[in-house]
Amino acid sequence: MDSKLLPEGVERCSFGMFLLWMLPWVAILAWGGLAAFLCLIKGLNQTNMSNVFAFALWIVFDLGVIALGAGAFFSGFLTYVVGKKELKNIINAAVIIGFICYSGATAMLGIDIGQPIRGWFIFWHANIHSMLVEVSFCITCYLGVLIVEFVPIILENRKLDQIKELHIFGHNLHHIMGVIAASGTFLSFFHQGSLGGMFGVLYGRPFAARDGFYIWPWTFFLFVLSAIASGPCFTILCTKLTEMLTRKKLVPDNAIQLLAKISGWLLSIYMVLKIADTLVWIYDIAPRAGFKFMDFYREGPYGVWLVVAELIVCGIIPAIMLMTPKLRENQGLLVIACLLNCTGIILNRFVFIIVTLAIPVMPFDRFFSYIPTWQEWAIGFAVVAYGFIVFSLSYRYLPVFPKERELNPVAG
Amino acid sequence: MLPFCFEWTWNVDHIIFFGLLYSALTIVGTCVVIAVVKTVTQVFGFTRERHF
Repeated sequence: MDSKLLPEGVERCSFGMFLLWMLPWVAILAWGGLAAFLCLIKGLNQTNMSNVFAFALWIVFDLGVIALGAGAFFSGFLTYVVGKKELKNIINAAVIIGFICYSGATAMLGIDIGQPIRGWFIFWHANIHSMLVEVSFCITCYLGVLIVEFVPIILENRKLDQIKELHIFGHNLHHIMGVIAASGTFLSFFHQGSLGGMFGVLYGRPFAARDGFYIWPWTFFLFVLSAIASGPCFTILCTKLTEMLTRKKLVPDNAIQLLAKISGWLLSIYMVLKIADTLVWIYDIAPRAGFKFMDFYREGPYGVWLVVAELIVCGIIPAIMLMTPKLRENQGLLVIACLLNCTGIILNRFVFIIVTLAIPVMPFDRFFSYIPTWQEWAIGFAVVAYGFIVFSLSYRYLPVFPKERELNPVAG
Repeated sequence: MLPFCFEWTWNVDHIIFFGLLYSALTIVGTCVVIAVVKTVTQVFGFTRERHF
């Protein structure tokens, strides 16, 4: 039915099978749409956010997907600025994943601010000393950059490519991609950093506050480093999931191995700095604020296990696995290492957002608990479903993986 | 006051913040405009299409 739209020389499942695959994701997206409608019509009383938890599940999702979406800017930087040619075989997938992450996060923020109709206030009444303003500006601009990067991939669709004007425009966009990738790197660096900086400057919250360099707390640099260490692993995970579902090899091993190696080294550097940061926090920053390390873990479900899980299980272990050639060449171990790396980054963002707000600060404070409502979960899962839908459509109708035809010759 | 910032004042903070923002937007915008102009000139035959 849609065979004329499919890329040439590659195999795709039947249209009916594709619709069946899309059905659950569309259903989840519709569920999220209902929740979003309720939030927009009735207000944020549909959530369990409060004056204590002004940042909640949606911000965890947001910061998580933005960190994981860093694979787009970092792969773009490595491909077009550093000149790692082998990554051209995976850059399209990285861009699409980045676009999904950033557009999903922006849509979710539209609900989170309560009145999206006033969303433009942050640009018009910019408080230039606010880390959040910098984040908003950079995320919006970078989404624009990702759209510019995504357009030439869309224009490579078999039917669109037959239109001469679009064909030429697509090629001309490819020609400027180096500059676009460099601009994206600049914008991403600052918003990833400012997201971290935002927590580091919370001096009234000793659990999150950190010292730093000039106006930037150390969390600024740690967030950038953790994002570029985990983003490429998320790209690898998405690629491996697509390979598993389609039962095809889509990306040559050298591209995957290079990304995994770079990710491993960056993760190890991040872990060294993160452990140093944690030690300084335990022995200097927290005591200066009148806290002992264990004071932070006295109440509620958030115990020392979080530190162990983040630093050791989802930090040191995947770093070693990704740095060791023999381990990362094993496909199963590579996927496990990437999974642990991505989990670690989500855990890090969760700790900074939820645990920071839950832990009592004043002697008369109590531990604050927070359970998201179904509306919050629905909108969160809708972003995941949106991701599956966009990536599935892209894989079906666009030449996302340039080596697919070569790696999977069609008989006859 | 400048466009897109109601509370604009002429100080270093505003100039650095908005300077960097407008620089990034200008670079991205210029690149896209260049791609559009090149496409138009190639489509109408003023310049030759480059094959990659």
